[in-house]
Amino acid sequence: MKTKVALTGNEAVAQAMKQINPDVVAAYPITPQTEIVQIFSSFVANGEVDTEFVAVESEHSAMSAAIGASAAGARAMTATSSQGLALMFEVVYIAASMRLPIVFPVVNRALSGPINIHCDHSDAMGLRDSGVIQLYSENAQEAYDNMIQAVRIAEHPDVQLPVMVNMDGFITSHAMDVLEVLDDETVRNFVGTRVPLDYLLDAQNPVSMGNFDMYEFYFEHKRQQTEAMKKAKEVIKEIGKEYAKISGREYGLFEAYKLDDADVAVVVLNSAAGTAKGVADELRARGIKAGVLKPRVFRPFPQDEIREALKGVKAVAVMDRAETFSTCGGPMFADVRNTLYDLKNDIKVVNYIYGLGGRDLRLEDVEKVFMDLENIRKTGRVDETVKYLGLRE
Amino acid sequence: MNFGSGTRTRVVKADMKWYELTKAGNIYEPGNANSYETGDWRSIRPVWIEDRCIHCLFCWRYCPDASVIAKDGKFEKFDYKHCKGCGICAKVCPRNAIDMISEDEIEKAKEANKDEN
Repeated sequence: MKTKVALTGNEAVAQAMKQINPDVVAAYPITPQTEIVQIFSSFVANGEVDTEFVAVESEHSAMSAAIGASAAGARAMTATSSQGLALMFEVVYIAASMRLPIVFPVVNRALSGPINIHCDHSDAMGLRDSGVIQLYSENAQEAYDNMIQAVRIAEHPDVQLPVMVNMDGFITSHAMDVLEVLDDETVRNFVGTRVPLDYLLDAQNPVSMGNFDMYEFYFEHKRQQTEAMKKAKEVIKEIGKEYAKISGREYGLFEAYKLDDADVAVVVLNSAAGTAKGVADELRARGIKAGVLKPRVFRPFPQDEIREALKGVKAVAVMDRAETFSTCGGPMFADVRNTLYDLKNDIKVVNYIYGLGGRDLRLEDVEKVFMDLENIRKTGRVDETVKYLGLRE
Repeated sequence: MNFGSGTRTRVVKADMKWYELTKAGNIYEPGNANSYETGDWRSIRPVWIEDRCIHCLFCWRYCPDASVIAKDGKFEKFDYKHCKGCGICAKVCPRNAIDMISEDEIEKAKEANKDEN
């Protein structure tokens, strides 16, 4: 049974966590994620879930407690944003290398400094290379759906990795949105019970986890992590199909919006994809063949699939809501441009840094990007590879 | 391939390929530190002086690496394959029956002997 409800992104994620009913949640509040754990802790207090809620003293401890619980055999979760994720940094790598299927929503917020509480993706991009799977959500519906699928993806025997479910701070987390939620039983049946391959509380089969690696082993264990990431792509698609059967909404590695015959395309994550799709529709009415590619999975990066999806496009703009300070563009730009290089067909790929620290992305901004692309397509000339959108300059 | 499958491989060796090793380096066999030789970390070596030894076994008790081998309640030998040369045994010995000798000096002496032969 499906029910249409009005919830904020945070409420939708808390609702998903309630229906998943994890064994352990260890979390610390931080804007704009606070509501998730606040609402979830009320579910715990009211006996609506069986979860052991650990109110820890920091995000470093939150992930550490989740690691301990997950290694012991529990289905464990945490949640955070921005500085909290930064403080968690060290242990996120450990969760990934120990191959623990911890699911954690991250409500994307700019990293200090200057101190700021609003949306950008610098927090998640900081953990880009940590070995966790990163899912991105355009709206509350996707955040809810991603949370439920994340559990299955993380725990799949071929994967066994943490999954970070991202959504935009305030824009998605605090805005009321209409979405469809599943009933508790459907979610319960979909996520099932965690069947750990190895767990510390298995007295019959003692195991030692998180061991010290010298140079003889570290490299091989890193290679195993890469293999798990590779396998995750198929698993994510399979679980997306299975989820479609219970929800009517199918998820793949990315959404290709009007890309089939597109001349110009924008690649963008999270909520800004909604804005971009709206602008693409308007431009199509004016005869411009505009399309949008919205990665749902950023780690692992769906390279072959994105190359295939963009091969017919003449000019592509990658929009990054994070700065790398490499002076040659944002994090997603590097990956997308690298991906398209092998086509050897002279697709022009440019980059726009936008929305840092919660700067609004307006329809006119995206329209300007598409018009720039049209100009590049017509003239074959790129004046500036990396530009800033909505910056006073 | 057992990678990620949780197969409880009992043997982990340094010449195994990445997909032959246990997932995440999990260890299913207790006491496998024995198969990892740490003796080549040593720069100074404990040498037993038999006539001073009263077999109190302080060295055996204090050794952080189980590298003092005792038999029938008596000191027998050092396990040089694992001894890292920390020198704790020499420090706690009440009879100064353990000397710490530089491995370099031992090497030099060996080389000198070779030349003579």
